[in-house]
Amino acid sequence: MRIRFGFVVLVALGFLPGAFFSSTPAQAKKLNVITATTDMAALTQEVGGDRITVESIAKGYQDPHFVEAKPSFLLKLRQADLLITVGLQLEIGWLPPLITQSGNPRIQIGANGYLDASQFAEILDIPTGPVTRAMGDVHPLGNPHYWLDPENGRRVAKGIAGKLGELDPTNASYFQEKFQDFDKRLTTAKQKWDADMKPYHGRKVVTYHNSLPNFAKNFGLNVIGYVEPRPGIPPTPSHTIELIGLMKRENCKIVMVEPYFDLKTPNSIAAQTGAQVVKYLPSVGGEKDVTDYFKLFDYDIALLTKAFQATQ
Amino acid sequence: MKNLITWVVVAMLLPIPVVAQQSTQSPQSPQDSSAMEQRIKDLEERIIALEGQVRMLKATPAAAPAQPSPVPGGATAQPQVATAVPAQAQVPAEAAPGALPVYGGASASAKALNPDISVIGDFIGKAGGNSVQPTPSLEMHESEIGLQAIIDPYARGDFFISFGESGVNLEEGYITFTALPAGIVAKVGKMRSAFGKVNMMHNHVLPWVDRPLVTNNLAGGEDGIDDAGVSISRIIPAPKGLFLEATGQVFRGDSGEDDSPLFHASRNSDVSAVAHLRSYTDITESTNIDIGLSYARGHNELGTDFLTQLYGIDATLRWKPLRRSIYHSFVGRGEFIWSQRQQVPTEQRAFGFYTSADYQLGRRWFLGGRYDLSDRSRFANLTDKGGSVVLTYWPSEFSQIRGQYRHFSYADNLSANELFMQVIFSLGAHGAHPF
Repeated sequence: MRIRFGFVVLVALGFLPGAFFSSTPAQAKKLNVITATTDMAALTQEVGGDRITVESIAKGYQDPHFVEAKPSFLLKLRQADLLITVGLQLEIGWLPPLITQSGNPRIQIGANGYLDASQFAEILDIPTGPVTRAMGDVHPLGNPHYWLDPENGRRVAKGIAGKLGELDPTNASYFQEKFQDFDKRLTTAKQKWDADMKPYHGRKVVTYHNSLPNFAKNFGLNVIGYVEPRPGIPPTPSHTIELIGLMKRENCKIVMVEPYFDLKTPNSIAAQTGAQVVKYLPSVGGEKDVTDYFKLFDYDIALLTKAFQATQ
Repeated sequence: MKNLITWVVVAMLLPIPVVAQQSTQSPQSPQDSSAMEQRIKDLEERIIALEGQVRMLKATPAAAPAQPSPVPGGATAQPQVATAVPAQAQVPAEAAPGALPVYGGASASAKALNPDISVIGDFIGKAGGNSVQPTPSLEMHESEIGLQAIIDPYARGDFFISFGESGVNLEEGYITFTALPAGIVAKVGKMRSAFGKVNMMHNHVLPWVDRPLVTNNLAGGEDGIDDAGVSISRIIPAPKGLFLEATGQVFRGDSGEDDSPLFHASRNSDVSAVAHLRSYTDITESTNIDIGLSYARGHNELGTDFLTQLYGIDATLRWKPLRRSIYHSFVGRGEFIWSQRQQVPTEQRAFGFYTSADYQLGRRWFLGGRYDLSDRSRFANLTDKGGSVVLTYWPSEFSQIRGQYRHFSYADNLSANELFMQVIFSLGAHGAHPF
């Protein structure tokens, strides 16, 4: 009798809703892609065109390390055919429980609908020695901010196009065409970006967080220091003084800051070194009009070149 | 697998010096040099692709069989370097003496298949006396070891083993089946049940040093409803924007403190059950509200004929502006619990609640408060109440220092003023906790 009561509860709460409302997503129509960040969504949109729907969990103006694992995201994930992550443990603090709780076998880690986009990209800052937390919140697999190199954008887009084609073979050639088109447009755009940045090759900059190694490598910037004393550790007075000294010695006039960090320390550093604070965007959607992958670089490069000119 | 990759990399790298030599010997046309540049670029692309595959292989769960690396041209390139391979291929194996094959050796890196291991220390110091709920002056309250991993493509496993000062307790240890049909998520093992909010939380994620009075008086104390059993949950379709999740759980029927259990199974059939309905909605992108209804039912220590039933309502309001998410946030929460306990001579109906608010002042500082009121489950006419003020400092994500001032007025005209100091520190990779 008593056991039966327990099972009645189980059945009533677990199974019955499933039986009554089991709403399987319509497989025949567009692939439903959910991405961890807006940059992956933007690249997916480029190659997926109108044959997919894509939505990002994190917003472009949000720190992708610290997204809350809200249940409303589960509603998106449970309907997803494909989940694309940045990888390299960028989302380790919030994505794994969402995947587990989604009840969606398609997007579980290792399943066909789970794509870690970092596998396609050139990854920098892979620690070679032992990694400890004394280094701050380091990413033991390498720097996850790889999408800020257009070449990596190209590689990731190619990888995503392949994955979309694998999941939706009828549209595979369409995705490949879209990629070819994106590839061409990116080459053209990159020539312009390279030309814009060329006069400032080798310029020294300081960044708030270590999120620009790929960008710096690609566009020839020289990152000499960080406002954070260690990745993920907020600025400390002693480190700030050291950094000011370093910037004066090296004649560094640019402090690049992500929009989600407090500007107090960067502003005081700038005031004491005569540097400019550049509030660059690390992700698509960081500002309203930065709606795609191209506009992200357009925006950042315009900001940077202006700042370089002003601090000649 | 790794050997194969080494082969391919070697095969790809070899042509480069050859090409380079050729170019120095003969003057070249611009066409040649651009073709060569293109070729080097192609090689670079392939190396990046290979590096990516190596990273993926290292991280792949054991269950996935080794796949042949789908590198175009890889197979044709191999014969060229056949003689050089044996020596090259052995290098990585020798360089990593710990890398014995595991689980069939899908990956050369044994460590990659170990579960994520974490240890969380919870130290509590206290000043002030309390004769009703005595606690030591200095105490290594708990050391929690977490072992978490993906088991196979269908399930993940989580173990949390807590070492108190005098004993070890399996706080949780369960398998979660993540690939069931119809969106069902099932857990089997020992787990903290889904009754309300605080019952699900481990000590180190509480915003306070202690647990609320209502938890101690009505809902099983520090361990709460934490038992061996089966849990099934599913998201229920609802109007757009509303998240509804139903959870049903059946346990053996033993919960609560040893000296005053909440549930006790005198016979095998005295199982307990917990049901939870959670609703959640985003009001704006920064603000959301989370309301839950809970029910728990089990037999108490008086015997099979004596039932204890708990009804609970929990409500949480969260605010976190996305653009400044690491600097400011607010959580307001309340849990209300009604207990109905059959005992001699008469059934006791008790009620208790707490309400709390926590505000994040800056990146590292949190200020909070909690109000407590609760009847006692065995003597419902006795009511304890009290309040706390809490200040927390986070040196980093991985440690917290907390001070809490607490005043309790107990029903028996006793009161206690206590000052707690807590240090929580975490080692290793502790998985994220449920939101």
